[in-house]
Amino acid sequence: MSVLLISEHNNKELKPFTLNAITAASKINEDVHVLVLGHNSDSVAKSVSEVPNVKKVVHINDTIYENYLAENYTSAIINLSKDYSHIMCSANTFGKNLMPRIAALLDVSQVSDITKVISSDTFLRPIYAGNAFATVKSSDKIKCITIRPTSFDPAPTTGGSAEIQTGEVGDSTNLSKFIKKEEIKSDRPELGTARVVISGGRGMQSGENFKLITAVADKLNAAIGASRAAVDAGYITNDHQVGQTGKVVVPDLYIAVGISGAIQHLAGMKESKVIVAINKDGEAPIFSVADYGLEADLFEALPKFLEELNKLNTIQK
Amino acid sequence: MKILVAVKRVIDYNVQIRVKDDGSGVVTENVKMSTNPPDDNAIEEAVKIKESGKAKEVVAVSVGEEKAQETVRKALAVGADRGILVKAEGAIEPLAVSKILQKIVEKEKPDLVFMGKQAIDDDCNQTGQMLAALLKWPQATFASKIDVKDKSLEVTREIDEGLETIEVNIPAIVTCDLRLNEPRYASLPNIMKAKKKPIEQLNASDLGVDTKPRIEQIKVEEPPKRKAGIKVASVEELVQKLKNEAKVI
Repeated sequence: MSVLLISEHNNKELKPFTLNAITAASKINEDVHVLVLGHNSDSVAKSVSEVPNVKKVVHINDTIYENYLAENYTSAIINLSKDYSHIMCSANTFGKNLMPRIAALLDVSQVSDITKVISSDTFLRPIYAGNAFATVKSSDKIKCITIRPTSFDPAPTTGGSAEIQTGEVGDSTNLSKFIKKEEIKSDRPELGTARVVISGGRGMQSGENFKLITAVADKLNAAIGASRAAVDAGYITNDHQVGQTGKVVVPDLYIAVGISGAIQHLAGMKESKVIVAINKDGEAPIFSVADYGLEADLFEALPKFLEELNKLNTIQK
Repeated sequence: MKILVAVKRVIDYNVQIRVKDDGSGVVTENVKMSTNPPDDNAIEEAVKIKESGKAKEVVAVSVGEEKAQETVRKALAVGADRGILVKAEGAIEPLAVSKILQKIVEKEKPDLVFMGKQAIDDDCNQTGQMLAALLKWPQATFASKIDVKDKSLEVTREIDEGLETIEVNIPAIVTCDLRLNEPRYASLPNIMKAKKKPIEQLNASDLGVDTKPRIEQIKVEEPPKRKAGIKVASVEELVQKLKNEAKVI
């Protein structure tokens, strides 16, 4: 049977992690159907139909889907579920909020945050903040799965021409109401998909000092991350947090500045290709995962780092 | 108003876990156990709401082995009024936990149920949302601010893009983020007082909930180790290595 993948979007554009989820879905079964629940979201349905791995788009358009509320999304998905062997979405705040609500109503034990598809019922997933990996096999008839987006490559976005089918609007619950979203707009690459990430921790000492990080990020076209300690201290907003309960990133280059390296932070970045740690405490655990460690005062090292970068003839973007 | 708070006993967040040699799981014998960190935030928030006069009773509930009683007792020491322990052996999946909690909710009839957004052992992030679905209640997940109104809650949620505010009708489920509040420490007199507070004990099987796992854990293994890195002596050396050796800039 086919796989139903629930897309994430803002009614205009598809969110990039849906493309990674499509790749994961097509490793289970090539017959991937993508559900677009939205309001005035034709452009999203069209762009999904152009993804070559997608065989069918189910588009349901109604005002109740204008803002994403799990309570309203659920009934439409339950109505479709009987035709599918797997229901999937990405394990970001969108999918984490939604999928368990669907799974419980289908009486399914969900498999969360998979990093590898071993077979159609067997998956690999991290537990204990990525300090162990469990191979798990689901015995439920329908499998409800969330996937860790950074563990799968994004699917290509052009060349496909899947059929777009209009689906049936589900029940509206009136249990919850959207009030507002405070989205932090930035010209920088997205933290989850950036090639380079530079993160600051408690060692930054203030939000003001993050300008040292920003200057290097500008030079390297990097996204800016932070440890939980830096977010808790109010140096930077929560959308920058990297770690077990924040975002998981796997950039080519991760630069940790003034971050001691608690296991909860390592959970969010230790799969990065190259890790640099700058910390004045030579015993900091971050050095145990760093490819290049620099034991130095960050307030001297960061300006110097920028100066040295400025001397280079070319910098990869 | 009555608030039910679900708490889980997990390996302490500071412990570096060890995978068992036979791949059957992680070592839990002689390992420090604590309350799942965001569950502490859930208890704290419930107690704060009670202290503000908006709630009359806070009930702490845990599902697990006999020793989970310690976790319930800790909730009592920071201000919960009474506790419930639902005993169940072995690994209990979030689906089964949410069915057990559903039974407790039907019995206790709370107006709100709070719990942490995620347990730091299995990292599933499912129970609150599942319970909300089973009860047909609204869910406010990953809450970093809760404003109690007459018949609803206004909740600020931490999402990937930033913050989102929603309003949910009461009764509701809230799953709490670590930034919701600063959990208090239990004072010695309160720890002593908590010893006198009642904890009702039940068995999962008495509630008619099947806790048999649906997911077979085939093996647990350690993640691949990172190759040991080097320390560089200067910023110049760092930039040269990144440019010419790692070739990432």
